[in-house]
Amino acid sequence: MKLYCLSGHPTLPCNVLKFKSTTIMLDCALDTTSVLNYLPLPLVHSPRLSKLPGWISKDGTINLEKELKECAGRLFVDSQPEFCLPEKELLDLSTIDVILISNYHCMMALPYITEHTGFTGTVYATEPTLQIGRLLMEELVKFMERVPKAQSATCWKNKEIQRMLPGPLKDAVEVWTWKRCYSMQEVNSALSKVQLVGYSQKVELFGAVQISPLSSGYSLGSSNWIIQSHHEKVSYVSGSSLLTTHPQPMDQSSLKNSDVLILTGLTQMPTANPDGMLGEFCSNLAMTIRAGGNVLVPCYSSGVIYDLLECLYQFIDSANLGTTPFYFISPVANSSLEFSQIFAEWLCHNKQTKVYLPEPPFPHAELIQTNKLKHYPSIHGDFSSDFKQPCVVFTGHPSLRFGDVVHFMELWGKSNLNTIIFTEPDFSYLDALAPYQPLAMKCVYCPIDTRLNFHQVSKLLKEVQPLHVVCPDQYTQPPPSQSHRSDLMLELQPPPMPYRRCSVLNLPFRRCYERVYILPELANSLVPSELKPGVSVANVSAILHSKDNKHTLQVTAPAPPSKKRKRVVEEPPVGGAPKPLLSGAVPLEPFLATLQKHGITEVKVEETTDGHILHLQAEDTLIQLEEDGTHIVCDNNEPLR
Amino acid sequence: MPEIKVTPLGAGQDVGRSCILVSIGGKNIMLDCGMHMGYNDDRRFPDFSYITQNGRLTDFLDCVIISHFHLDHCGALPYMSEMVGYDGPIYMTHPTKAICPILLEDFRKITVDKKGETNFFTSQMIKDCMKKVVPLNLHQTVQVDDELELKAYYAGHVLGAAMVLIKVGSESVVYTGDYNMTPDRHLGAAWIDKCRPDILISESTYATTIRDSKRCRERDFLKKVHESIERGGKVLIPVFALGRAQELCILLETFWERMNLKAPIYFSTGLTEKANHYYKLFITWTNQKIRKTFVQRNMFEFKHIKAFDRSYADNPGPMVVFATPGMLHAGQSLQIFKKWAGNEKNMVIMPGYCVQGTIGHKILNGQRKLEMEGRSTLDVKLQVEYMSFSAHADAKGIMQLIRMAEPRNMLLVHGEALKMEFLKGKIEQEFNIDCYMPANGETITVSTNPSVPVDISLNLLKREMALGGPLPDPKKPRTMHGTLIMKENVSLVSSEQALKELGLNEHQLRFTCRVQLQDPHSDLDTLHRIYTHLKSLLKGYTIQHVPDGTVMVESIVIKVSSSAEDPNNKVLLLSWSYQVEYSIITTIIPAMLNYLMSSPT
Repeated sequence: MKLYCLSGHPTLPCNVLKFKSTTIMLDCALDTTSVLNYLPLPLVHSPRLSKLPGWISKDGTINLEKELKECAGRLFVDSQPEFCLPEKELLDLSTIDVILISNYHCMMALPYITEHTGFTGTVYATEPTLQIGRLLMEELVKFMERVPKAQSATCWKNKEIQRMLPGPLKDAVEVWTWKRCYSMQEVNSALSKVQLVGYSQKVELFGAVQISPLSSGYSLGSSNWIIQSHHEKVSYVSGSSLLTTHPQPMDQSSLKNSDVLILTGLTQMPTANPDGMLGEFCSNLAMTIRAGGNVLVPCYSSGVIYDLLECLYQFIDSANLGTTPFYFISPVANSSLEFSQIFAEWLCHNKQTKVYLPEPPFPHAELIQTNKLKHYPSIHGDFSSDFKQPCVVFTGHPSLRFGDVVHFMELWGKSNLNTIIFTEPDFSYLDALAPYQPLAMKCVYCPIDTRLNFHQVSKLLKEVQPLHVVCPDQYTQPPPSQSHRSDLMLELQPPPMPYRRCSVLNLPFRRCYERVYILPELANSLVPSELKPGVSVANVSAILHSKDNKHTLQVTAPAPPSKKRKRVVEEPPVGGAPKPLLSGAVPLEPFLATLQKHGITEVKVEETTDGHILHLQAEDTLIQLEEDGTHIVCDNNEPLR
Repeated sequence: MPEIKVTPLGAGQDVGRSCILVSIGGKNIMLDCGMHMGYNDDRRFPDFSYITQNGRLTDFLDCVIISHFHLDHCGALPYMSEMVGYDGPIYMTHPTKAICPILLEDFRKITVDKKGETNFFTSQMIKDCMKKVVPLNLHQTVQVDDELELKAYYAGHVLGAAMVLIKVGSESVVYTGDYNMTPDRHLGAAWIDKCRPDILISESTYATTIRDSKRCRERDFLKKVHESIERGGKVLIPVFALGRAQELCILLETFWERMNLKAPIYFSTGLTEKANHYYKLFITWTNQKIRKTFVQRNMFEFKHIKAFDRSYADNPGPMVVFATPGMLHAGQSLQIFKKWAGNEKNMVIMPGYCVQGTIGHKILNGQRKLEMEGRSTLDVKLQVEYMSFSAHADAKGIMQLIRMAEPRNMLLVHGEALKMEFLKGKIEQEFNIDCYMPANGETITVSTNPSVPVDISLNLLKREMALGGPLPDPKKPRTMHGTLIMKENVSLVSSEQALKELGLNEHQLRFTCRVQLQDPHSDLDTLHRIYTHLKSLLKGYTIQHVPDGTVMVESIVIKVSSSAEDPNNKVLLLSWSYQVEYSIITTIIPAMLNYLMSSPT
């Protein structure tokens, strides 16, 4: 059993497991942090961005004026932003049988994998994961297509040139694998390969292994996966949460007895407490509004935003924000809000009970009904006429490089009355803000990451007791910025097996047994004999049928020609029935008695070093009895044989 | 031999109070717990004393499964759990869990508040009963205990209707509840995988019907409604609040929109608003089209359909009214019916099945004079139309499901005996499987023959598979030998490994046979002649001439020695071990002897 690691990002995993002749891809997340190296894509022409100076190397030999722009001392690529894809060269992606998706954030690279690689398999995901994943992909595509950029910068990627560049660009890795965004057509084609599954549903793959998603408690429809055969069990834990937010709680007990547990997607903010952050979010928001400023919340269109809105729903009246407009701007804002209300089965208990009443599970329905929350597909159209300040705007993309958020950065960045509150943990906020510097706007960083922290995970692992743990390299040492915090790493016995991008791990597995089914006819014909209390043996001679990786044993067609006659005469009392395997030694006395019973009386017994020789005089037959063998020598005497 | 037992307490050769007991692998399961619409006495509920005469049912049942929210499938549930006494788990899907208590409460109100019955379950009992409910998701494998597992499939009959696969070890039963094999305007079609259950328990409401295309029925329905409206008549459509009501609402709504009609459509109040809300929140349980478009246009927000008030019934002019309940046995639909029955311009459309004893059933059978409570009679002058819109599978659909699931036995419930008889014949003929149709209280026993799962050592399996060649050849089966070791678990290993594991020595048993014969050739020559002869004789065996003066046929050793006195007097030694197929030896010896004796010297 092998694990191929195609992504080095601990929360954006993409691994391939080879297990019992099946090839299973576990998640295919897209590393979008690469877009931080690019200039923002403004929705309306931005004189500031267009006037940025181009870059020429100090000695003047390299001129990349068109591709690279300088802003506040940092270089940015002026091009359609590109994403860092999972590794495609480590193994032939067309051999992948299935892709298992754990949550909607971990499927964004799907079109890159399923299209153009010869992939012919099936993708498994839960219904919310598929629907919301589709929305997030659609949003990404729309963000990109809305501001088409003809230029695709490639010169800077040249190894020789990249070496000369300053700052983060110089250290960017795998730049040649970076790709532009896919098209909606590719998204649709990729998603048409998805097969829906429910929690704890057991799906057979080629009869060889069984896969089953379990609730992971992180987002709507998010799942961990169990991949098992009759004797081996691999758990894939990705993005799990033990906090009570909106999704169904995590199913922990089903992870027990794993031979290998692959652990990814722990919190990216191990020191930030989500509840505390939520409080800080609300107080900063209220403070800014009271002072007459606007609040910008860059966020994804699904996920934490539901919790933020729920928190605000309770907070609005007490904080006197009843008249402040809340705007949610995204091409998929409406769909995301609507979809969140129809997945009762996938929600936590409290929300399920609301549906039984019947009431919408999320209170943002009421915020919309009372006109406190309004949603728009973009800043163009209705929004521009409804827009009132001061207000709160939720919009994407959290990288601040594309989407409607770019417009608000340009609009509000120059006033220190306004505040931007970062809640998504995926991007470093300083890097995100870099192309907008100098900035007067206040910045508040309240990353809300509900995924497992190190304390929770070690408790979980103690409980479920996997034999081996595999995890990203990053989890085996404290974060570089807090190298003294030994509590911010995984310490296990035996130590976890770390992986990085392009690692190929041999998982410590010894398969010994496989399941066969003995058909009832055969089972009835078996004659077990008890060797010692509780241990019985029976010999099996049968025809093995193997079909679709299922093995059955059937009775052999005709019974073997009668051997009975001979046995009656000479069979030593080792076993009654015909038995191709004999064991133990033949005791002399009972044997003689048996012979006598069959009318053979003239027996001459001779002692030898390791047994006896019996001479049956009348029949002219010699029988050598030894510790581990019996040899019968006779004439060509038909009846006796 | 293991057995599965099935006993219907209700719905055996009948429609109503569905309640079927199944015993499988030592587990007892109750499937549905419904009431009978046609009775108002004890026969209303299943006879739970069949399970036990005294005391609670908890000890006798491992779980209860409710297939959908119709009262003939869940109406007796609070009675069973709270008044008879059952504390174990009750499984149903989320929509059923949501809607079921509302219908139960409605049922209770009509029975207790309107009819004044006492000794009926209370609102609190409904609540307590619902606390015992464990929600089921589609396709989720639910482990009731270590052995008993359940899996729900989409049944399409009403929102949240499910078929259930019940499995213990390798034995399994599928219960369909009510299902529909054709998608309609708001629900999808039932689906099940090829799960090959030992028994498929299917409803058979429309066992003999093969319905024409849905299109035609819909067109017919719309035409009749339209004609009636045109001539100024009023149309009453008795429905149950949830289910067909939404289907017909969607149908009329789109028709009104297309034809730009102005006549009002009303829906009797109470459950309507709420009902539609359930459909909106459980939109994932509706059909593909509605799910796809719900963000833009939610099909359950009706523009033309308004809430009904009792006073509207006397309004002049045409109108269409949906009123509950669906079989005209009580409530608002019956009141409106009484008001409108005398006018031949009016029309009542019965969109579904009516249980015997209800007014709906009577007028459908052509009765024109009805005896009402208090000795009065009612002349029925209005037009009575029947349109099968109830979402049950028809004969074709039932056959289709059998083809999907491939059961080993078939068992029919929830239908009329005569119709079942007909379908039973068809099933037995077409699928060549046994089909049962037990009456209430009658037990059907089906014996199963499960395979025994054992663990085979991978070494043995791989070796066998390798010997079998890269592709299995069904024409040339190979016999595999191994030893089964039965300890806490059963494993199949190669004989050598078994000996090693059990700490035993192998015992060799060899036979040597001396054959005397006369042959003038030298020992080596004799041996060579034997070799060449055997080679031509025994095709397909490995025959070797080993240089040390032996011939090997497979593992049989043949040696030749001559006595010191007479070189012509040869002794042939044949030695074989116990494992060797005896038949080879019986072939070799005579063949060899014959050859040597007959051959010219």
